[in-house]
Amino acid sequence: MALTKEQIAQRIARELKDGYYVNLGIGIPTLVANYIPEGMDVILQSENGLLGMGPFPFEGEEDPDLINAGKQTITTIPGSSFFDSAMSFGMIRAGKVDLTVLGAMEVSEKGDIANWKIPGKMVKGMGGAMDLVASARYIIVAMLHTNPKGESKLLPECTLPLTGVRCVKKVVTDLAVLDIHPDGGFILRERAPGVSTDEIKAKTAGKLIIEGDIPEMEI
Amino acid sequence: MNKVVANADEAIKDIFDGAILMLGGFGLCGIPENCIAALVRKGVKHLTCISNNAGVDDFGIGLMLKNRQVKKMISSYVGENAEFERQLLSGELEVELIPQGTLATRCLAAGYGMPAIFTPAGVGTEVAEGKEIRNFNGKDYLLEYAFEADFAIVKAWKGDTHGNLIYKDTARNFNPLMAMAGKITIAEVEHLVPAGELDPNCIHTPGIYVHRIFQGEKYEKRIEQRTVRKKMN
Repeated sequence: MALTKEQIAQRIARELKDGYYVNLGIGIPTLVANYIPEGMDVILQSENGLLGMGPFPFEGEEDPDLINAGKQTITTIPGSSFFDSAMSFGMIRAGKVDLTVLGAMEVSEKGDIANWKIPGKMVKGMGGAMDLVASARYIIVAMLHTNPKGESKLLPECTLPLTGVRCVKKVVTDLAVLDIHPDGGFILRERAPGVSTDEIKAKTAGKLIIEGDIPEMEI
Repeated sequence: MNKVVANADEAIKDIFDGAILMLGGFGLCGIPENCIAALVRKGVKHLTCISNNAGVDDFGIGLMLKNRQVKKMISSYVGENAEFERQLLSGELEVELIPQGTLATRCLAAGYGMPAIFTPAGVGTEVAEGKEIRNFNGKDYLLEYAFEADFAIVKAWKGDTHGNLIYKDTARNFNPLMAMAGKITIAEVEHLVPAGELDPNCIHTPGIYVHRIFQGEKYEKRIEQRTVRKKMN
């Protein structure tokens, strides 16, 4: 069975470590916040100027001055801080954020990522994604393995305009967990429960590296 | 040192056709609502607007777009506005999309008196086309220039008659950066107080950067994505 979006987020949450500062992108990455293990000290950075993002507010307690980068109303946790957008990207550029999780339309076997533009269709803009991928130390992509047409999103080369080059370290999809090999290639680390290596092979257009028996994910 | 003007219309009265404006805010959070309304009333045209987003169809910069006052937007993300999309596709509107951190830091550079910055954001992408690249310690960086803006228009929570500003929560965002970067900076505030009432330790924008300040009114503070959780009993 392929993973649900929630299960992809749950699997990514297992990459979190105590003391991490983490930036979560819009979409599946946002869901990772729901699976931070209890007792683990993880601080969420929102690039519009907040460290210490908390859960959504209770009904009636929304504050229009307090939103996340997805423009959703949020709360703060004790020990949080506000800052301007230059400092926010300053801490990102300086490598202070330990982990960045973001969505993608395509990832190449070299770790290139494309997620901001489809030529000929509406161009929404890159927001903070280009800054994040250019500087983050550890970038995980959360996405479905194939697009709605069933075509692989894990490619030898990206076909869409790039957001960043050679920056993605790990990809977690509904079918598999894969690391990017420094010399190129998707190293298959884990399979979704019940998903065969052959299915992953068939749905991965880029170079797939399979070494030994590939364990099933623990979800 | 009194920077106080009566209202938004007076604050923006010399903004001219073809001016380059910076407008603070992130989404609809911390936008200068009063000044945008005054700009729509004034009907000034052919504006270049530097702003992270372009508002929504019926609020924020979206109101100026609907009124055909904007010639060019310089933004990082513009996905929330159908009128914007229509004008872009029909060629009525020019758009320059730049990475959000680059946008912020080009404002910062202007306010710090630095002509340019180097950033890795956009290296290897179409953002880098035609730009100078320098390698520092084995990593490539793009040369990006400080913005030049005729007017910066910002929104703060509290301000005093000297133009000192304090922002609230994530409504800070681009406001202090743009406040530093305008040739003329206009600040609208929710609470205007006499100089001396704000704690000097807590000032985000020192008054030297601000030329005009006024007490705003009737803040709507629209929420784009109202997300809540239910109270458990």
